[in-house]
Amino acid sequence: MSAELALLGPILAAMLAAATPLLFAALGELVVEKSGVLNLGVEGMMLVGAVCGFAVTVKTGSSTAGFAMGAAAGAAMAGLFAVLTLLLLANQVATGLALTLFGVGLSALIGQGFVGIPIPDVPELYIPGLTDIPVIGKALFGQDALVYLALAMVPAVHWFMYGTRKGLVLRAVGENHAAAHALGYKVIRIRFLAVLFGGAMSGMAGAYLSLDYTPMWAEGITAGRGWIALALVVFATWKPARVLLGAWLFGGVTIAQLHVQGLGIDIPSQVLSMLPYLATVLVLVLISRDIARIRLNAPASLGKVFHPDA
Amino acid sequence: MGKTLMGLAAGAAVLALGAGAAVAQEKMKVGFVYVGPISDHGYSYQHDQGRLAVEKELGDKVTTTFVENVPEGADAERVIEQLASSGHKLIFTTSFGFMNPTLKVAQRHPDVKFEHATGYKRAANVATYSARFYEGRTILGLIAGKMTKSNVIGYIGSFPIPEVVSGINAFTLALREVNPKAEVRVVWVNSWYDPGKEAEAAKALIDQGADVISLHTDSPAAIQVAQERGLWAFGQSSDMTRFGPKAHLTAIVDDWNTYYVDRVKAAMDGTWKAVDTWGGFKDKMLFLAPYNPAIPQDVVALAEKARTDIMEGKRHSFQGPVKDQSGKVVIPEGKSATDEQILKMDWYVEGVQGKVPK
Repeated sequence: MSAELALLGPILAAMLAAATPLLFAALGELVVEKSGVLNLGVEGMMLVGAVCGFAVTVKTGSSTAGFAMGAAAGAAMAGLFAVLTLLLLANQVATGLALTLFGVGLSALIGQGFVGIPIPDVPELYIPGLTDIPVIGKALFGQDALVYLALAMVPAVHWFMYGTRKGLVLRAVGENHAAAHALGYKVIRIRFLAVLFGGAMSGMAGAYLSLDYTPMWAEGITAGRGWIALALVVFATWKPARVLLGAWLFGGVTIAQLHVQGLGIDIPSQVLSMLPYLATVLVLVLISRDIARIRLNAPASLGKVFHPDA
Repeated sequence: MGKTLMGLAAGAAVLALGAGAAVAQEKMKVGFVYVGPISDHGYSYQHDQGRLAVEKELGDKVTTTFVENVPEGADAERVIEQLASSGHKLIFTTSFGFMNPTLKVAQRHPDVKFEHATGYKRAANVATYSARFYEGRTILGLIAGKMTKSNVIGYIGSFPIPEVVSGINAFTLALREVNPKAEVRVVWVNSWYDPGKEAEAAKALIDQGADVISLHTDSPAAIQVAQERGLWAFGQSSDMTRFGPKAHLTAIVDDWNTYYVDRVKAAMDGTWKAVDTWGGFKDKMLFLAPYNPAIPQDVVALAEKARTDIMEGKRHSFQGPVKDQSGKVVIPEGKSATDEQILKMDWYVEGVQGKVPK
């Protein structure tokens, strides 16, 4: 049994790393949705962030510059979405889907010259003593900076949303844009900024994958993680702390099913990969049963087009 | 639909032109359909190298067309149909999942020749071809058996199809031949190409004690993980040394150049037949990437000896007696597995942990 117990540490460490891209993307999307905009282009923004971050790291040799570029590229993609949906009033669902398809193609195009190029590793944290603590040491004190940044974003987003006036305004815009507009708040400007923030977070999520998680560029490197992030926001009923919980659950199940296979335990791996999605459906059913709870958390104007003159 | 009609019209035009200019040497159009991007530096990349070899060898006697990133299924049929009806006389469809679409299109175009990789269904104008990848796995198994210290080998599988299962078995048999204490742990990632998941699988296997990673998926992610942890790994489909120069022991490299050139020549001079070709080291369909300098000389000698023996027919990857996991003898002493047994393999040999997913 001790062999299995010794595995707990590495599983925890791998789980935290696997949850990181989901956490970035889902927290970003949470802010976007709280402002009343539904951007389904997360996967596309992640891919463009991943390839741009990778390209800059290859050219400059600096992964910090790469992460910054990843965020900027994600924000640029989101900016395109914002212009189309907020200024030109295009349908958000269709535009978001188009953004994903566009991102898949654009990232492949940009990435053509960057396939198969290795880049230097991002160093991991090492605190003598703390990192060496058995079981939890490596998981808590042996990750790279981006993992901690993603974790720090959880309380930061929560504080912004529920502890500041700006967060209150953002939520008001998401609940009832007509009322917020009548009170004199700049609905479009606020939403524009939220969408840009979401794009930057998605770009970071992508850059984490291509610079750190598997340091390489490959077409479609995100492999559907953008869609999982979208599911996570609903799973978390638009609460930052629950996003963290959900990201750990998704990450944990992903890692656990690989270990279960390696140990030769006879559970079909497909069943385990299915579990997080089943949980999402279950949560959806549960929160849908209670109308009051939905009213409390889901932004009421989510996905609705806002005409300032109407 | 409009596209198909236009394609048909173009095809008819080409046919008419072809008939009119039959005396002059007409260029043969050859089409290639790839499942991945040619930039994958793995499976589709190697097929495209074969296409380039055809262009180089036959020069202005051929024009080649390729379509990359073609999903397996209904889209594939449309792409193949498009190629067939736009004057391509020989079409290579290079992934297992293109099997039924290829046959459907072939039925509608009896004058076009088709070549389908890794499948088992043929027709009058559909040939099949594949490489005996398992021969390479035997060499990897021998090297792994000599290099491992923990006696645990991690194996990352894509899908539990016979091609992958027979590779695991060939690897394990060779591994235990030189190191009876070693065992193989398999993790299936249910994808041909998901770098993130492949890296996670490699980490999981290493955390469970594996110090050599073998893979049957297409990305080099696992080699990066092995490099980071200071352990060993084998590349897949192409030389992946640059992703982990210290970790990369060697790799099985597919090579379609000779085959593609031969087949295009055969189609040109009328000797083409719808046969099945299943080639290994001997037929130059398979190579090994350069050995890592860290492999001791006697191990390299052992690997090279086995490779020569396979080429000369003195050694078979599934030489009896071969026992399955329950200890039952499946291939008796003095016999080796038949091609049919290898093509339908859905059981593990002794030494593999876990069960084949059904």
